[in-house]
Amino acid sequence: MDLTILILQGIIVAATPLVFAAIGELVVERAGVLNLGIEGMMILGAIAGFAVTYDTGSFLAGVIAAAFAGAIAALLFGVLTQVLMANQVATGLALTIFGLGIAALWGQAYSGASTDALDAIHIYLLSDIPIIGPLLFSHDPLVYLSIILVVGVSWFLNKTRAGLILRAVGDNHDAAHAIGYSVVGVRMMALIFGGMCAGIGGAYLSLVQTPLWVENMTAGRGWIALAIVVFAAWRPGWALLGAYLFGGVTVIQLHIQGFGVDIDAQLLSMLPYIVTIVVLVVISRDKIRAKLNAPACLGKPFFGSS
Amino acid sequence: MYRLEPRKEISYLLLYLTPVFAIVLTILAGLVLFTLIGKPPLQAISIIFFEPLGDLYAVSEMLVKATPLILIAIGLSFGFRAGVWNIGAEGQFVAGAIAGGSVALGLYEVEGFWVLPLMCLAGILGGMAWAAIPAFLRTRFNANEILVSLMLTYVAILILSLLVHGPLMDPDGMNFPESRIFHDAAVVPILIEGTRAHVGFLAALVAVAAAWFVLSRHIFGFQTKVMGSSPRAARFGGFIENKIIWKCLMLSGGLAGLAGLIETAGPVGQLVPSLPVGYGFTAIIVVFLGRLNPVGILLAGFVMALTYIGGETAQIELNLPKAVTGVFQGMFLFFLLGIDVFTKYRLRHIKPSKTVAGE
Repeated sequence: MDLTILILQGIIVAATPLVFAAIGELVVERAGVLNLGIEGMMILGAIAGFAVTYDTGSFLAGVIAAAFAGAIAALLFGVLTQVLMANQVATGLALTIFGLGIAALWGQAYSGASTDALDAIHIYLLSDIPIIGPLLFSHDPLVYLSIILVVGVSWFLNKTRAGLILRAVGDNHDAAHAIGYSVVGVRMMALIFGGMCAGIGGAYLSLVQTPLWVENMTAGRGWIALAIVVFAAWRPGWALLGAYLFGGVTVIQLHIQGFGVDIDAQLLSMLPYIVTIVVLVVISRDKIRAKLNAPACLGKPFFGSS
Repeated sequence: MYRLEPRKEISYLLLYLTPVFAIVLTILAGLVLFTLIGKPPLQAISIIFFEPLGDLYAVSEMLVKATPLILIAIGLSFGFRAGVWNIGAEGQFVAGAIAGGSVALGLYEVEGFWVLPLMCLAGILGGMAWAAIPAFLRTRFNANEILVSLMLTYVAILILSLLVHGPLMDPDGMNFPESRIFHDAAVVPILIEGTRAHVGFLAALVAVAAAWFVLSRHIFGFQTKVMGSSPRAARFGGFIENKIIWKCLMLSGGLAGLAGLIETAGPVGQLVPSLPVGYGFTAIIVVFLGRLNPVGILLAGFVMALTYIGGETAQIELNLPKAVTGVFQGMFLFFLLGIDVFTKYRLRHIKPSKTVAGE
């Protein structure tokens, strides 16, 4: 029983950074922008969060710094793709390469350093309930934040006027522009939100998952977050589910070896990537359905004449 | 107030000048960056960008690094023209190295002029096989080739690690995760005596010439151009989209595989887990910096190779992390993409007046 709880807790820890990154990208894509730079924004968040927490001793300052770093990176992406109309695929890649480089440069002074992991909040009485307590009511604050964020985004996109405008911009930017909405403005705000989320997701890696700084510690999670958005067919609830599914694969892969099953470590490490591909195939197979869900203007450049 | 106005025709002068501007801006930004982190800015820039040019050994090392970059970039450029985004060249590079390297190890100490060509063939086929997965999944199941090819990169690197920890491990290697060092008949010959510059560079030159020919004279070059600029026109023209996707991925996979084999059988000389150092990703920058043009790619390959050598020197002389190379490569691409807008649009000064919304 204890082991099961341990595994389930492990899944939550593995999934949370993916939840942050995926929900941010989901909003960005709903606004019609494809930002492939999540990996870069995450790693910047990871180093910013770690460095600031290490220097100030405050987790809150670290998380804010991570969100800020992600937002700055997203702003750079936004200026290039929205104002200067640069190719989104190429700009996203540049952001990833640049982010990994800057993070390594910044993190040089912190390599090998470690901080205490962020403490869990034990909700009074509730966390003492057996099984349910440790599973639901004794996590670090960022886990709760990630869940609140998913619910909030779902509400925002489906129930608010601003959410409707954002979706309109993503589905038909010319029409949205003609009605008088600022396509570039909406997209910039979505991008900054996405950058903040990715930054916090990265900080979760360097502050909670493994509370130390390692170069390239995101190890492709930004790309997996992208796949989760496709998997979720751009629906927030499904993105949460997707992130937990991938978190689950990662954690179970670690435990299989613990059970003494004789499989090469490398084969098990391949599992999350192969699962991503399989899921992508299953989701995209139906061309019409895939088209129905995807924001119609995803990745298309917008030039507002007059 | 300034605003952008579309040009009637692309400015070709600017199209070819933008890479030069991007390089200048990157150097300027580098000066600021080094000042910020407290390293001597002028010295650092000079170490990274200028010193390698005056040193024969460094120039020969540039040939070594430029070879895989140019080979991979030439392959990718066709896909990028057509809107087929193969981001997993790094994985195809590794797959080619594994396939070609296995042939070398299987034929260990077999002499013969045919060993190396056979390895090259295996390398090309290995890269193509790895690229065939995203091609198949995209054409058959509509799965996004960006994500599939990228995920496969991680898988390929893990397979390489698995193999050198197991079946391909050097039997006399004290259990180090490395293969045997390839024997002489399985090594790419040296081009310039006393350096590591090898014959693989000539293969890169051949690829550049062939790509130039295909783009300007062959129907495939025309098809990729049309498909990229106007997919609808391509469909009306009777081009079969799936066929073009397959061709683009086979071409880029094959060349990346060849690059992987040449790297393994050239400067590295054995299969090691640290073989992939990001050439597959840097090549993407080379494609853009080279303006999707074969000759441009050749020049851009040298510029990017320079940042590798410069980054290595800066690591030794200024104690900068190796990642500084990535910072400069990222900045190159940012500046290039940023100023690219002026090839298609011009900046117009408009007197502020009440504008009417809509057209």
